[in-house]
Amino acid sequence: MINSLFLISHSGDIFLEKHWKSVISRSVCDYFLEAKEKAGDPENVAPVLQTPHHYLISIYRGKLFFLSVTQTEVPPLFVIEFLHRVADTFQDYFGDCSEVLIKENTVTVYELLEEMLDNGFPLATESNVLKEMIRPPTILRSVVNTLTGTTVFAEIQGVIEACVKLTGMPDLTLSFMNPRLLDDVSFHPCVRFKRWESEHVLSFIPPDGNFRLMSYHVSSQNLVAIPVYVKQNISFLETGSCGRLDITIGPKQTMGKTVESLMVTIPMPKSVLSVNLTATQGTYTFDLTTKVVLWDVGKLNPQKLPNLRGSISIQTGSPKPEENPSINIDMKIQQLAISGLKVSRLDMYGEKYKPFKGVKYVTKAGKFQVRT
Amino acid sequence: MSSSSAFNEEKGGSSSVGEPEYGHDPASGGIFSSDYKRHDDLKEMLDSNKDSLKLEAMKRIVAMIARGKNASDLFPAVVKNVACKNIEVKKLVYVYLVRYAEEQQDLALLSISTFQRGLKDPNQLIRASALRVLSSIRVTIIVPIMMLAIKEAASDMSPYVRKTAAHAIPKLYSLDPEQKDQLIEVIEKLLADKTTLVAGSVVMAFEEVCPERIDLIHKNYRKLCNLLIDVEEWGQVVIINMLTRYARTQFLNPNINESLLEEGGGGEKTFYGSDEDEDEDEEEKEKKAEAAAMAKRKPYVMDPDHRLLLRNTKPLLQSRNAAVVMAVAQLYFHLAPKAEVGVIAKALVRLLRSHSEVQYVVLQNVATMTIKRRGMFEPYLKSFYIRSTDPTQIKILKLEVLTNLANETNISTILREFQTYIKSMDKDFVAATIQAIGRCATNIGEVRDTCLNGLVQLLSNRDELVVAESVVVIKKLLQMQPEKHSDIIKHMAKLTDNIQVPMARASILWLIGEYCEHVPKIAPDVLRKMAKSFTNEEDIVKLQILNLAAKLYLTNSKQTKLLTQYVLNLAKYDQNYDIRDRARFIRQLIVPTEKSGALSKYAKKLFLALKPAPVLESPFKDRDHFQLGSLSHLLNAKAGGYQELPDWPESAPDPSVRNVEVPEWTKCSSREKRKEKKVEKPFYSDSEGESGPTESADSESDSASGSESGSGSEGSGSASESEESGEVSVSEEDEGEEEEKKTKKRELKKAVQESESEQSSEEEDRKHERKMKQRKSDSESESDEEEESESESSQSESDDSESEAEVRKKKKAAESKPPSKPVKKETKKEKKEMSLLDLDDFEPAPSPQVTPVNNLLSNSLVTDLEGLSLSEAVLSPATIAPSSALKSYELLHRITGEGLSVEYCFSRQPFSPDANMVAVQMQFTNSSTSDTKNLHMEDVKLQSGMRVKDFPEIESLPAGETATAVMGIDFCDSTQAANFQLCTHTRKFFVSIQPPVGELMRPVFLTENEFKKEQGQLMGMNEITEKLTLDAKCRNEHAIVQRVTTAANLSRVPCGSDRECRFAGRTVTSGSLVLVTVATREEGAAQLTINCEKMVIGTMLVKDILLALTQ
Repeated sequence: MINSLFLISHSGDIFLEKHWKSVISRSVCDYFLEAKEKAGDPENVAPVLQTPHHYLISIYRGKLFFLSVTQTEVPPLFVIEFLHRVADTFQDYFGDCSEVLIKENTVTVYELLEEMLDNGFPLATESNVLKEMIRPPTILRSVVNTLTGTTVFAEIQGVIEACVKLTGMPDLTLSFMNPRLLDDVSFHPCVRFKRWESEHVLSFIPPDGNFRLMSYHVSSQNLVAIPVYVKQNISFLETGSCGRLDITIGPKQTMGKTVESLMVTIPMPKSVLSVNLTATQGTYTFDLTTKVVLWDVGKLNPQKLPNLRGSISIQTGSPKPEENPSINIDMKIQQLAISGLKVSRLDMYGEKYKPFKGVKYVTKAGKFQVRT
Repeated sequence: MSSSSAFNEEKGGSSSVGEPEYGHDPASGGIFSSDYKRHDDLKEMLDSNKDSLKLEAMKRIVAMIARGKNASDLFPAVVKNVACKNIEVKKLVYVYLVRYAEEQQDLALLSISTFQRGLKDPNQLIRASALRVLSSIRVTIIVPIMMLAIKEAASDMSPYVRKTAAHAIPKLYSLDPEQKDQLIEVIEKLLADKTTLVAGSVVMAFEEVCPERIDLIHKNYRKLCNLLIDVEEWGQVVIINMLTRYARTQFLNPNINESLLEEGGGGEKTFYGSDEDEDEDEEEKEKKAEAAAMAKRKPYVMDPDHRLLLRNTKPLLQSRNAAVVMAVAQLYFHLAPKAEVGVIAKALVRLLRSHSEVQYVVLQNVATMTIKRRGMFEPYLKSFYIRSTDPTQIKILKLEVLTNLANETNISTILREFQTYIKSMDKDFVAATIQAIGRCATNIGEVRDTCLNGLVQLLSNRDELVVAESVVVIKKLLQMQPEKHSDIIKHMAKLTDNIQVPMARASILWLIGEYCEHVPKIAPDVLRKMAKSFTNEEDIVKLQILNLAAKLYLTNSKQTKLLTQYVLNLAKYDQNYDIRDRARFIRQLIVPTEKSGALSKYAKKLFLALKPAPVLESPFKDRDHFQLGSLSHLLNAKAGGYQELPDWPESAPDPSVRNVEVPEWTKCSSREKRKEKKVEKPFYSDSEGESGPTESADSESDSASGSESGSGSEGSGSASESEESGEVSVSEEDEGEEEEKKTKKRELKKAVQESESEQSSEEEDRKHERKMKQRKSDSESESDEEEESESESSQSESDDSESEAEVRKKKKAAESKPPSKPVKKETKKEKKEMSLLDLDDFEPAPSPQVTPVNNLLSNSLVTDLEGLSLSEAVLSPATIAPSSALKSYELLHRITGEGLSVEYCFSRQPFSPDANMVAVQMQFTNSSTSDTKNLHMEDVKLQSGMRVKDFPEIESLPAGETATAVMGIDFCDSTQAANFQLCTHTRKFFVSIQPPVGELMRPVFLTENEFKKEQGQLMGMNEITEKLTLDAKCRNEHAIVQRVTTAANLSRVPCGSDRECRFAGRTVTSGSLVLVTVATREEGAAQLTINCEKMVIGTMLVKDILLALTQ
């Protein structure tokens, strides 16, 4: 299965290696670095590469490449999923998965890796097994909804993140007011599939700590209510080297909740030189190298709609960009699950004490893109 | 502080020693000495007595290893600490050892004894970790030691250690492949292991060591299928992939008939017809022949084991682990009937919202799937729409999928979407989009002109790359019907002035050359222009100029002769040898000379032959001969260690190889039971008197006739029925695919899953508890009622025959004992227990039909009671004993049933049509005056998961006659009642059967060792222990065995000690082991231990057995 793992920084520095079978020289990474150079954008490096003697399977997480080396047939998703699990574990342990933190905690990282794989086959990948810690009996559960929508296609994806701190072997049952809403679900292994199929409740004996209990999908058939609308007008003049931009954002079906952390990003065409805009609310920045306009709106005030307008100047001589940039919107709505999913109750069996329960609903825009 | 100062001194000391040595070579010396110095402090720290210093040193060393720096010279210093008491240090030493042992083999041997000691440690974690490190040390000398350690660990008590043993197997194999045969033995042993912890690891070992030994899987196949859902995720992936291969060798192609149908309705295939027909002709023919042969033989019936695999993997599509989902998806793709494959689409689409690496792999697989099974992804078309933020490689794969999904109905949507993509800033993606449009155009005739027009419009695009790509694609499209499109060719000819991309220029030139007859005026002019710029062109363009010149020379030599000569001359002196060669070749061909006369005659044929239009096909075509989800599939090349996916066999190999020896233990147990019966008689005959034999003879003949008739009819029926049911299930499946809701419902019915029974068992547990309480409080009065009712019935029966009446009276007397003489109650546990169990039957069925009956009963009871209390002196508790081996319960009372009475008992025979069902033997007695006809059951109401096999209809039951029938109920390992209606030709009766927990199991034969081993695995929560005082009459072994086996359908396990009795059984549905131990002490004290995976079953059984032994 997995022979070796190399951690490679964004710049191509190999700063950690671990071998589970015979040592493989780090020169094998050269093939990867070459591919990385060629691809330019790290996102574009093929996750699976073939070299004369090895296969390289890699993921890109937190500006790091996790590169695993294998010599024989192995399901690529098996390795990819495992590498993501490694990254998740680092995040869980160190708060973030970054080069600095991994370097700081090399020994812990090494010990973790030692436990996670034996002879290249996953051994212990559950955070709670790895941590083996006992926690005080409290429970907090949050339902996080993510909304994805374009004017073309909208769907809701959500996850239920659980934070369980209960002693003993509590057997929990979480039921929803409207489980029929869910179109497609996937579960943490602790959830009993059959019970879901028959009664549409989540019945499980939870592991300790934070984990993703379930992720779900609400299909586009159930009409997705997009919580904000965007009025935009971006135009480039046929002649001359300038263009105009005018964007207004307003709330739409937010059930009286405020839209927070509203953030608008607009990747401008490469020929744009600079922008001169004024925002009625929040601040905007324009990154000269990536040509991205970032407008941090903050809270959406329904009385006074935020607006960003101004002119764009384009390199003289370059033709008018054919495609208007798309507008990406990021936001959060507290205490509202846009999917309408509601937790009805959470019951505990098997233990005698009374747990503390809580639910938190959040809606976040996932990939909200407005084609202009 | 003191230690650090000492450490500083040491540092100084070492440098003073080091300096003169390396002083000669300052360049390398500088580096080495510092290295040397640093390692020296580490050595010093490792040698110190303080664990903190050792730990610090080890941490630094491990950090060095992590960074890839060489720390091998520290080996001797580190290896000394292998026996260190501090667990933190020890762990890091292990890390070091595993890394460097291979390089320092001799020194590594020093550590071996520590691990050998560790292997014997009482703590399972230490044993496991010792084995793990020992097997990770790649030193050939210790192979025999490793082999021994693995063998021992494979039979360790702890499943965790056995798992580690399974992990160690491939390690040893890679170190010394000669050990293969011995390792296979270990694998075989571990494959038989029943714990989920081991299953994944041992299959992994199997895959690495002996994937060809498919025969090892047979006996474990069903177990693996059933365990699958509880195995850890990574193990699931390995097992599913292995089982896919296994299924391909053992079962028949479920789509064999459908491929025939497909052939008939070929219209469906128009889209792919163009590119697949030629290639697949042979294949199709083969298939057809095969299918035809199959169809002649018999209709396809899916092997139940094949179905089992599909059913048990399906829920895993909901796994959070992408690898598991993919594994199930590929299993369905390769193994499921066409109609069922659709379920995987939704799960795969879900994976598309995961990390981009996951998307990348999934899209590759989806692309392959869409070629064979387009339909299943069509509903998810929009999920493959491209976002501008997707990485290019994802965009291109999505484009591939969209193109594969395109058909007449959705093409307009797809083309509109493509239109947007063309505006993208990502030029590679735009180029791919144009190619995709080209492919849609060739595949779907209706849109060819639209696409062509669209592409032509792109020719005026400002971006040259777009234009170039369009030219290339248009060229391919035009080849299909050039005569219609001469204006496009003209348009393109004009482009040569502007377009600079070589590939596009080459394409245009080829097009003009090929169809110069359609543009007779323009072609020579283009050649003129090209001749002018020849020297500045790229090589591919030059080659096409040569081609154009040659073709024009052949068709229009008058105008172009000189131009051609000129171009050929230029080419003759070109730098590129290909071009020089081509020029020479063309000149010889087209320009007639004396030497080459023969060939030039054919020049026109050579150059202007009709060329078939290129086939634009997906690069993913035919990739599915690789197992999907595999690395080989992704790379489209066989990776090392890849196991080919075998073709379906022509005829299925013997399915019986997967049978686990079920018949043997049934035989054993029945033999044992018989023995026990024999044992019973003498024991009870003492107190029994004359009535005993008649009663026992009765019951025995009853049971015998019942089982015979039952099994006989079942036996004849099963052959025909099994086939039928197979067909039915297939057709059901088909319908189900169309409507999801139906599927769900069906699954509810079908599913026999542990999880469900677990949850239901919870409630049941509570119910049970409640009941027990109730029993305690009401036991006396209720038991009275019970007995009374029974006695009442028997009395009325006694009218029929006097001799029977006599026997009954005695029985009655025995029954009447408890109410009148509560002191003696203990001695009559049989009766007592029966009444308690009967309660179960009555309680959950408070249907209106039953209640009035109770009232009726109680009215007549009073008189009966009086009579009973008179005969109390004749008590003999054992009268019922022989029949108690098969306790019978009342299902329908004579009065309620209007003359029809039904009793049932759990015959404890295996139910032949379905091994997961409990056989219930029913005895129908018609005491009315008229015949009862058409006795059958209807309207079965069951808890989810439960199933019932009806008894065969009894056509007619004449007055005064008795008949027996056997039905099967799968209680799903729960004591919930099966409710149904018993129908005669005139009436319907609501009845319900609720099993005592002891009937939910069947005996298994275990040896003493096996018993101990299994018991070792069922410790902790799975073990329930209860202290008790045995009933005075139950202090010998025989009595205990008799009472326990009466209470539960278990078989005795031989035991060396005479103070212990052991029993074993398996639950009927899930096959979980139930182990019972009764250990006796002085003066009737005893301890009852029950080990069972199913805790609810365990607790209920404890209560029942406790009752049996103490009363």
